[in-house]
Amino acid sequence: MESILQVNNITMVYPAGVIANKNVSVDVTEKTIHAIVGENGAGKSTLMKAIFGIIHPQEGDIIYKGKKVNFKNPDDAINVGIGMVHQHLMLAPDLTVAENLILGVEPRKGSLFLDTDKAVRITKEVSERYGLDVPADKKIKDLPIGVRQRVEILKALYRNAELLILDEPTAVLTPQETVILFKTLFRLKENGKTILFISHKLSEVKQLADRITVMRDARVITTEDASDVTEEEIAHLMVGRDIDTARLDPPEKMGGVRLSVKNVSYIDDENVQVLKNINFDIRAGEILGIAGVDGNGQTELIDILTGLSRPTEGSISMDGKNIAGLSPRQVRELGMSHIPEDRMENGVADTASLEENFIVDRYYKKEFSRYGKLDWKYIRKYSKELIQKFNILTQSSRTPAGSLSGGNIQKVVVARELSSDPQIIIAAQPTRGVDIGSEELIHVLLKDARDSGKAVFLISADLDEILKLSSRIIVIYNGEITAHFKDVSKVTGKDLGPYMLGVKKEEGAHGEIHS
Amino acid sequence: MEKFILKYFTLIRTLIAILVGVIISIVLIYLISKTPAYSLKQFLLGPILSKSRLANVFENASPIIFCGVAIAIAFQAKQFNVGAEGALFLSAAIGTAFAVSTHMPALPHVILILVVAGLTGAAWGWIPGVLKAKWGASELVSSLMMNYVAYFLGLYLINSHFRDKSAGFLVSLPLPKTAWLPQIIPGTRIHVGIILAVIFALLGYYFLYHTTTGYEIRTTGNNDKFARFGGINVVKVVILSQVISGMIAGFGGMTEVMGIHHRFNWQNSPGYGWDGVIVAIIGRNHPILIIFAALFLSYLRVGSQVLNLMADVPSELVAVIQAIIIILITAEAFLSQWKYKITMKQASLEEAGNESIA
Repeated sequence: MESILQVNNITMVYPAGVIANKNVSVDVTEKTIHAIVGENGAGKSTLMKAIFGIIHPQEGDIIYKGKKVNFKNPDDAINVGIGMVHQHLMLAPDLTVAENLILGVEPRKGSLFLDTDKAVRITKEVSERYGLDVPADKKIKDLPIGVRQRVEILKALYRNAELLILDEPTAVLTPQETVILFKTLFRLKENGKTILFISHKLSEVKQLADRITVMRDARVITTEDASDVTEEEIAHLMVGRDIDTARLDPPEKMGGVRLSVKNVSYIDDENVQVLKNINFDIRAGEILGIAGVDGNGQTELIDILTGLSRPTEGSISMDGKNIAGLSPRQVRELGMSHIPEDRMENGVADTASLEENFIVDRYYKKEFSRYGKLDWKYIRKYSKELIQKFNILTQSSRTPAGSLSGGNIQKVVVARELSSDPQIIIAAQPTRGVDIGSEELIHVLLKDARDSGKAVFLISADLDEILKLSSRIIVIYNGEITAHFKDVSKVTGKDLGPYMLGVKKEEGAHGEIHS
Repeated sequence: MEKFILKYFTLIRTLIAILVGVIISIVLIYLISKTPAYSLKQFLLGPILSKSRLANVFENASPIIFCGVAIAIAFQAKQFNVGAEGALFLSAAIGTAFAVSTHMPALPHVILILVVAGLTGAAWGWIPGVLKAKWGASELVSSLMMNYVAYFLGLYLINSHFRDKSAGFLVSLPLPKTAWLPQIIPGTRIHVGIILAVIFALLGYYFLYHTTTGYEIRTTGNNDKFARFGGINVVKVVILSQVISGMIAGFGGMTEVMGIHHRFNWQNSPGYGWDGVIVAIIGRNHPILIIFAALFLSYLRVGSQVLNLMADVPSELVAVIQAIIIILITAEAFLSQWKYKITMKQASLEEAGNESIA
């Protein structure tokens, strides 16, 4: 079979000085599924963006169907038959499936008006041709994420994509949705399409791909036939060493209840009930994991626990004291710390130095300031200690946080939140977008916190993480707790999936211990 | 060398922007003037050719420094309160009214007048602050609108209640001598106000970078969600930054009246508040850099006046130079290609270095 895409010696340096691709070469054979694997920050997304014309590398060239191409923007790439499905889907939520599909190439009535009927017809046609089922007249915002992704794939196919690029397509899916996506991709391959997809989940790659390219530190390490390598070998190539993916042993000793959430409900500004009668406890010395597809009320729950918003109803007690409605500072003073789900939004001020980022919750305490005057000498020394202890890669303690890599920014956040001697740790997506090395470190730190008698609440969209760390697991769907697994030793992602999708529900499920 | 450039890139870029602005104005002078060499000399060297003109540079810079620091404190909290002009005008009017209505010995009089003016400015900054913090009203719009309110309120107060009817034009009653700020250099109008301005700039620097409240202001400005997440009372910071801003602008207005004119003689708004915005931008909201930015702007202003008087070039030229410099400074992309190339070169050098170690 012939090669459809050749990438030759691409080098890309970002304006901040980060080398994202260094002499990267990949050869993709047509009508195959080709996976690019690597840790976060290895340069996978940069490579995809270069192929799709979003960024322009300083060196190297791209050959598509035997011709050298030079895409000025994604439109050029789309025009020759390359389609991309982004990790964060690019669909208009208030438009219907059909309207999204034909956006930019609308069928018209006269020259002014959209021909809605024809749009729906086209959608049904395309959907049948590729065997991808979508509801043509439903709005995107009313559809589950797996279906939205299918719409995005169809959108690329409708624009005659021959080569389809998928950027971490499974990151947002439940296990069941992933299975469906894989079937779709196999079918597309049979239909003669070529698929290039990025992932860092090895089991998936092994199932799906014909060829695998491993990237590490902005370089291509190797490209192999999928049948020639094992998962362990790929993992080793990706990280450069062996990694520990085993589940934590259950905690040895657990203490009393430290955090107790009772009948918490929350109705947002738009009068939508986001949380319905949530109940759970967390004991000293355990990690309670909450599994759920993003956007099912986790964010609101975190905000309520940490004082960023008030519950509409219900109470939260921390060591017996009701904390619902206290300010973030009051809650922190009581010993709660909070690793936020979006580090750039809440976790750091990216233009401020690491020093300033480390002290945001403690600058007023007497080690750091006296009579309102900041003790910069002490703050500097303190920051350097944190940088060393948490192995943060930075030029100095005065470097702006935003110029660090994602993994190191996350370490800054974790360093701050775990160094305040917290009693209760709310850890939301603690390893989202960080490399495997940092992920391991953060997992060890959370385990240590657990073993030293702290109560940890873990919120993560990554099921592997939930399964690896949690002592107990609750599942949230549409603002309700749909399941509670007290014994997690035999639980798998497949067991959680139906509850995460709301297909199954334990009546009266909650995460309280005495029941 | 290249590392040096990267480290001080913003400062270097600012200086280059100023240089480009000056070069363009030189070109303009050559195009406009019949005696370009003479005009150019008047423009560039005019302000230092006589003692009184040099004094003018410092006199003018004083209220601009006050307003620049005022604006910078609000801007550091990302509060685009441009009400310095109104705060300055109204504080000067109310301060004047207080000064001419009271009698006491010099030092307490001066201090009390400044307190009244500062409180007026603070109150004036508080209004857009509260509107923003409690109801989300854009402080840019409300502070802008309030500048008009301050202007007419100030004029009403002076023209209807404290007007000097014996004077031939619309001015307030003269301030009693006890309310004058002493002039410090004989033969000029340079007064204690410039010293106060520099002190306030230094205090402003200390406040922003070395106190916990300054830290709260800057952190809120850097990322308000992060500040709130970390436990900072963002509502308080939003209001406080604008209150302090108004207060400093108020001092600036009053010292001008007490040091130079010794009565309130503005019938048009003097524009120092807007100059404050300009120098805050040039000085990148850093109070110490603002001192230099204000002196630079003031120098240009005096130079253009000299030009206007002595040669055949209109003083509007300075407005053109200002505009060019500000556009260049605020345009993120200006010289970014240059920086990018240096960054790339450095990155590949470091890369090569790492490899040779490994």
